[in-house]
Amino acid sequence: MNDSFWQASYIVAALSVVLSIKWLSSPATARRGVRSGEIGMLFAVIGTLLRHEVVSYQWIAIAFAGGAVIGAPLAFLMPMTSVPQLTALSHAFGALAAALVGTAEYYKDVATGNPTTGFKMVALVIESLLGYLTTTASVMAFGKLQEIVPTRPMTYKGQNVVNLILFAIAMALGVWMIVEPTPIWVFPAFTSLSLLFGILLILPIGGGDMPTVIALLNSYAGAACAAMGFALENRLLIIAGALNASSGFILSVIMCNAMNRSFTNVLFGAFGQAQTGAAAQVSAKPVHSATPEDAASILASARKVIVVPGYGMAVAQAQHKLRELTDILSKRGIQVDFAIHPVAGRMPGHMNVLLAEADIPYDRLHEMEDINPDFAEADVALVIGANDVVNPAARHDKTSPIYGMPILDVDKAQTVMVIKRSMNPGFAGIDNELYYMDRTLMLFGDAKGFVGEIVKELAANK
Amino acid sequence: MTTEIEVSLYVLVLAVPLGLELVRKVSPLLHTPLMSLTNAISAISVVGAILVAGTGNSPGLSKVLATIAVMFATINIVAGFLITDRMLKMFRKKDGGGK
Repeated sequence: MNDSFWQASYIVAALSVVLSIKWLSSPATARRGVRSGEIGMLFAVIGTLLRHEVVSYQWIAIAFAGGAVIGAPLAFLMPMTSVPQLTALSHAFGALAAALVGTAEYYKDVATGNPTTGFKMVALVIESLLGYLTTTASVMAFGKLQEIVPTRPMTYKGQNVVNLILFAIAMALGVWMIVEPTPIWVFPAFTSLSLLFGILLILPIGGGDMPTVIALLNSYAGAACAAMGFALENRLLIIAGALNASSGFILSVIMCNAMNRSFTNVLFGAFGQAQTGAAAQVSAKPVHSATPEDAASILASARKVIVVPGYGMAVAQAQHKLRELTDILSKRGIQVDFAIHPVAGRMPGHMNVLLAEADIPYDRLHEMEDINPDFAEADVALVIGANDVVNPAARHDKTSPIYGMPILDVDKAQTVMVIKRSMNPGFAGIDNELYYMDRTLMLFGDAKGFVGEIVKELAANK
Repeated sequence: MTTEIEVSLYVLVLAVPLGLELVRKVSPLLHTPLMSLTNAISAISVVGAILVAGTGNSPGLSKVLATIAVMFATINIVAGFLITDRMLKMFRKKDGGGK
């Protein structure tokens, strides 16, 4: 087949991929973006299969089939609450694919007696380093999200030094291979160190920081793909990888800003390890609790209600009951809005997906900056399964680990209602002074059950 | 050879700002679908995997590794596009639209 065919199809693919992200910018055109991405992929794959270098198809076909058989059920069966886990897994798969290709290319060059040198080796080293470390780091992130691995930061003395030395050794091996690519044991050693570094990188990171970490790993996986583009002199890969890397980078910056933390602080700060003592000490303070009947009558007499959902809502599968509550209040002429903190949920944008799944229209979902001024006029702020993102300590308590983090101003509302299972501190393990305010009513119970009882109460007293 | 690298670097320095600009415009509402879509898109690395796996002069080890890479990339392509579409289908603007 003529070279110009695959070259042309790569150019179509590059354009489709760029348009794909462009169309994703708003919900109105987003699905067109997916179509465009799929078309781009089709052109890229078919163009590649028709290249004259590709001579054997049998194993590639089997690999395609295997990938489709594993991928399709993942996409259809994964509940929306588990999308962060699936995303972590796909970072691992993408990064591993890049790393394996890097390794394969390296051994191919060694075997053909034409060892990789110079610039290509630089690209291969970067590709493999990022690929392997992102693979294990993503698997660890998956483990923490799935709560197979403890979500609390795991730290030991001198951890950062150990990590740094390990990384330095890996880098040194990388540089050695760039200078002298032949010693056969260097590449496996380099691979093992990269894999190990990925694990160690995630150990000290707490569950509350997972949104940032997921976004950062997204970026790394993209960068590995772009590096592969350099190694194979394939510009399509550079474009796709660069888009993915910049996307992950922007998302992680947004996540960091939303928590008022820096990258270094997220990666090396071991967030949330010191407050267990503090939590035990404050939780002796009294709180006001209320029944579903109380809550229903306060909601019924409100004019404006702002709901603040957090991951706890999703765990309790309360979003559908919440939708019923929204409907019943709206029918009474009460305005119901949703305030979404950027780090609500366990990955960027997660909460919006969960509420959309419950059929809550997206024009009711508001970002933090847009809705914060409204809390002062709200009669009720209903907090469901959110914790750190509504903690007023972030504003004034310099000793709090979340000091400086932008929060939703729920404490400015007339009445604050918090549905919570118990007084246990949340995912990040920090106590919340909001719960001890005079205007705060604690609604103890399972989020789904409690909202259900409020709905029942409201329906009975029409 | 040098020009090849040059072209690649030009592509990179153009693609990165383009990506940053495009992604900045994506509504925070859609950040999760954005991540799953970019994951699917960067699985275009399957192209590299196919080239190494299907080339005649690759040694056995390289072919095995690259074929495994084809499979992992395919998982991302299939799962990535499908789940992005599944999520986007759920976003609707007004009450009573559909369902």
